[in-house]
Amino acid sequence: MTNIDLRSAKRLVEAIRLGEVSIVDVVEASLNKIKELDKDINAFITINSKKALAAAESLDTKLKRGEKVGALCGLPIAVKDVISTAGLETTCGSKILKGYIPPYDATVVAKLKEAGAVIVGKTNTDEFAMGSTTEFSAFGPTRNPVDKSRVAGGSSGGSGAAVAAGMVPLSLGSDTGGSIRCPAAFCGVVGLKPTYGSVSRYGLISYANSLEQIGPFAANVDDCALLFQCISGWDPMDSTSYRNPPKVESSKICRRVAVPKEFFGEGVEDAVARSVWRGIEALKDGGYVVEEVSLSTLDYALPAYYIIAMAEASSNLARFDGLRYGLSLKSGYRDWNTYFSKCRAKGFGPEVKRRILLGTYVLSAGYYGAYYLKAQKIRNILKTQFQQLFTKYGLIAGPTMPTTPFKIGEKIEDPLLMYMIDINTVPPNLTGHPAISVPVHKEGELPVGLQIIAPYFCEERLFQAAKIVEESLRRQ
Amino acid sequence: MDAKEDLDVKIGLEVHCHLTSLKTKLFCRCPADYYNKEPNTNICPVCMGLPGSLPVLNEQAVKHALAIALALGSRVSQKMVFYRKNYFYPDLPKNFQISQYDKVGGLPLATGGQIRLKDKVVRIRRIQLEEDPAKIVYEGSISTSPYALVDYNRSGVALVEIVTEPDLTTPKQARQFLQKLRAILEHLGVCNCDLEAALRCDANISVRGGYRVEIKNIGSFKDVEKALSFEVTRQKMLGAKRGMETRHWDDVRGVTISLRVKEEEQDYRYFPEADLPPYIITEDLIAETLAAMPELPDARRDRFIKQYNLPHQAAEILTSHKSLADLFEKSIEKYRSPLRIANWLISDILGYLNRKDLDPSTLKIAPEDIAALARAVDEGLINEQTGRNLLLKAATTGKRIEQKIFAEVSKIGDEATIKALVDRVFKENEKAVKDALKNEKAINYLIGLVMKASGGKTDPHITRSVIVAKLKQLS
Ligand SMILES: [Zn+2]
Repeated sequence: MTNIDLRSAKRLVEAIRLGEVSIVDVVEASLNKIKELDKDINAFITINSKKALAAAESLDTKLKRGEKVGALCGLPIAVKDVISTAGLETTCGSKILKGYIPPYDATVVAKLKEAGAVIVGKTNTDEFAMGSTTEFSAFGPTRNPVDKSRVAGGSSGGSGAAVAAGMVPLSLGSDTGGSIRCPAAFCGVVGLKPTYGSVSRYGLISYANSLEQIGPFAANVDDCALLFQCISGWDPMDSTSYRNPPKVESSKICRRVAVPKEFFGEGVEDAVARSVWRGIEALKDGGYVVEEVSLSTLDYALPAYYIIAMAEASSNLARFDGLRYGLSLKSGYRDWNTYFSKCRAKGFGPEVKRRILLGTYVLSAGYYGAYYLKAQKIRNILKTQFQQLFTKYGLIAGPTMPTTPFKIGEKIEDPLLMYMIDINTVPPNLTGHPAISVPVHKEGELPVGLQIIAPYFCEERLFQAAKIVEESLRRQ
Repeated sequence: MDAKEDLDVKIGLEVHCHLTSLKTKLFCRCPADYYNKEPNTNICPVCMGLPGSLPVLNEQAVKHALAIALALGSRVSQKMVFYRKNYFYPDLPKNFQISQYDKVGGLPLATGGQIRLKDKVVRIRRIQLEEDPAKIVYEGSISTSPYALVDYNRSGVALVEIVTEPDLTTPKQARQFLQKLRAILEHLGVCNCDLEAALRCDANISVRGGYRVEIKNIGSFKDVEKALSFEVTRQKMLGAKRGMETRHWDDVRGVTISLRVKEEEQDYRYFPEADLPPYIITEDLIAETLAAMPELPDARRDRFIKQYNLPHQAAEILTSHKSLADLFEKSIEKYRSPLRIANWLISDILGYLNRKDLDPSTLKIAPEDIAALARAVDEGLINEQTGRNLLLKAATTGKRIEQKIFAEVSKIGDEATIKALVDRVFKENEKAVKDALKNEKAINYLIGLVMKASGGKTDPHITRSVIVAKLKQLS
């Protein structure tokens, strides 16, 4: 049964429930697809065949006995390799964690298992999620399934590509400054960065803990919503997760969309802009009112984002010292400073080192006020401006990425050029708002994503709007 | 070193106190009681700092720390924020410590406050809540050990850091301060200060406005005084090095050893811990904590003076050791002889404990026994000295005092018994009797002989009158 279509989670669940296919069939189909395609795409760091099949068998048995199996009912799922999985190697795409097998499951992983999902593997990522193309993985870049000479986006490139290539119907990524939305846009799938605090971060190996959230990838909006429902909710192990999210009342402004002109600033390719506007037009056709606005603080969002992210990274990644897990050097170093420095020099790649150094610098005495505190001020101003905008508009929209996916190696030598492509995705990470990327009409072969941002905890509103865009594509 | 102010010297203390009454660690659910456990068994992903783990604040720890802050009269922040203190060390599994910060932007649990000593007010700079690092075990000494072992059982245990202003001027004052702080912590019931490493202290000292020297690794209050005395003398003779020097107290050799000298203070790159939302300390929580506040040493001392007519000094000493003050009150509940019992506890019991370097909380003496002894003395059943001897014996052996002992040791007061004894002594010491007949002063020697023959139990006054009467008959 290798010709099972893995692109619709909802349809697969139905087929499994109706007994048209078994869970083992579906999981095997997924593993075969990975075997067939991943040599070229490199979406996976670790493939979990044996345990996945065992889990599938036991779920099939449960189904036969008429026991509850959960909403994800045996669906194969891929999990980004920055999310801890008990008994399954978790590397963060880094040599420094090669061989690290977590003794515990991240809360989202526990929730996936509870919902009956089967983890088929851990997906490729820029080292510690630091990157926008997945080229900074110690295990090689992920190639875009649409055009294998191009990047898949990042840092959750493996998770985006795995769904785009039809290897799995669903996957999890993490989004610190666009790391879900960027590969979603580049690979032509749907990706959501949830409201900060709506999905537990317990078990997500931190890059920049005040900015990031775990979120879903899927080939369509409904599946994305289904996976989001399964992973969200309060977690007593994560103090930043919300116990009682504020109730969102629907009102007339829900259907008013603000389009900040700054989202179409220099660097946004004309073809991308045209495609995105077609997506926005689709919203208009669906009854939404669209207005152009200006949000000047957006110009400062990128530098503020990088300062905060790097500062937090420099501290979050301090624990990788070669003492308790992951890479360790043969003894012979009597001096502690020498030992951990050698370990880190050997274990971390160039982009991680760059961010740790810059982050250490901006937190240093004498520079803290000029960089970190100023960046936090910009963050607060941006938060206030978004909040104000959301008193008049229900949604904010614009291009997810300023460009279509570029060639592998094209920007890797120029960090600043690379950082620039995050310009539209970082604002919701700074403010904590939920944002989705949904494919829009493309002029050539390369996918383009429309980013829609909503008020806190209004993921449902994002799904509604994204679905309208999705349906307009189908009609074309 | 006496308690006179030495205006050349400025000492500040940094005290770390384990909140030993808590059930769990500060940010995870591992037991706070890490004592006597196999190394690295009292751990979880959080206190091991495993990738992806997150801290969750133990709210009970906030309550205990808040009680300390209120007891010291500190200003409690409305909002408490945790900061990361970044530095690499093997005992720090995340290579940063979740702590608090009192400089720009930081909001520690509390600032200000004071502790009153007899003739000195020591100001508190700040009180904050933080996690304890793990324990590093060396084979032998730091410098010669071929390896270091890390035991993470202690990692993440809740610590309260209490930092003073540099108001102390003598090593003795530093010790008195610690004694007082300890008594307060004991009365609050938040710290069992007897447990190993439950109360630790670093000291900062500068002499004649010179560079500040920090002394680490001071194990006991006695050592604080010793280490500071050594440092005062050393710095007065040699002066301090340029820059910030950190010295290590070697309690075996009784000297401080230089660990490092730095031109600038270490940069810990403090910044807010985003994994823990700011904690709001509500007015209700403060009111609740104040309402539940037990009697503190100063109030208890004043009550002892008023209620039991104790001299100030005695009340002060008793209340500076909670267990001693408790023993005192329990004893006089059974038999109200406050002055005598206070005196015994201070001069006999505390004296004995100090000689043996023991803590009052280690005493195993029943308040019933203290009361019974005091009653026996008051009733003339035994004399004062015998009472004190019995008390000390009970304190050293830890055994209960049996009632029949009072009969055995009670003094011999009846004339017939004494007369018989005197007759015997006169018969056995003819020369001494002759001397006494000639020289009245030699009578004392005879009295001594009789006392000796009775094992010191005869009443000296009656003995004297019996001897004088018998000598009269002979002359
Ligand atoms: Zn723990």
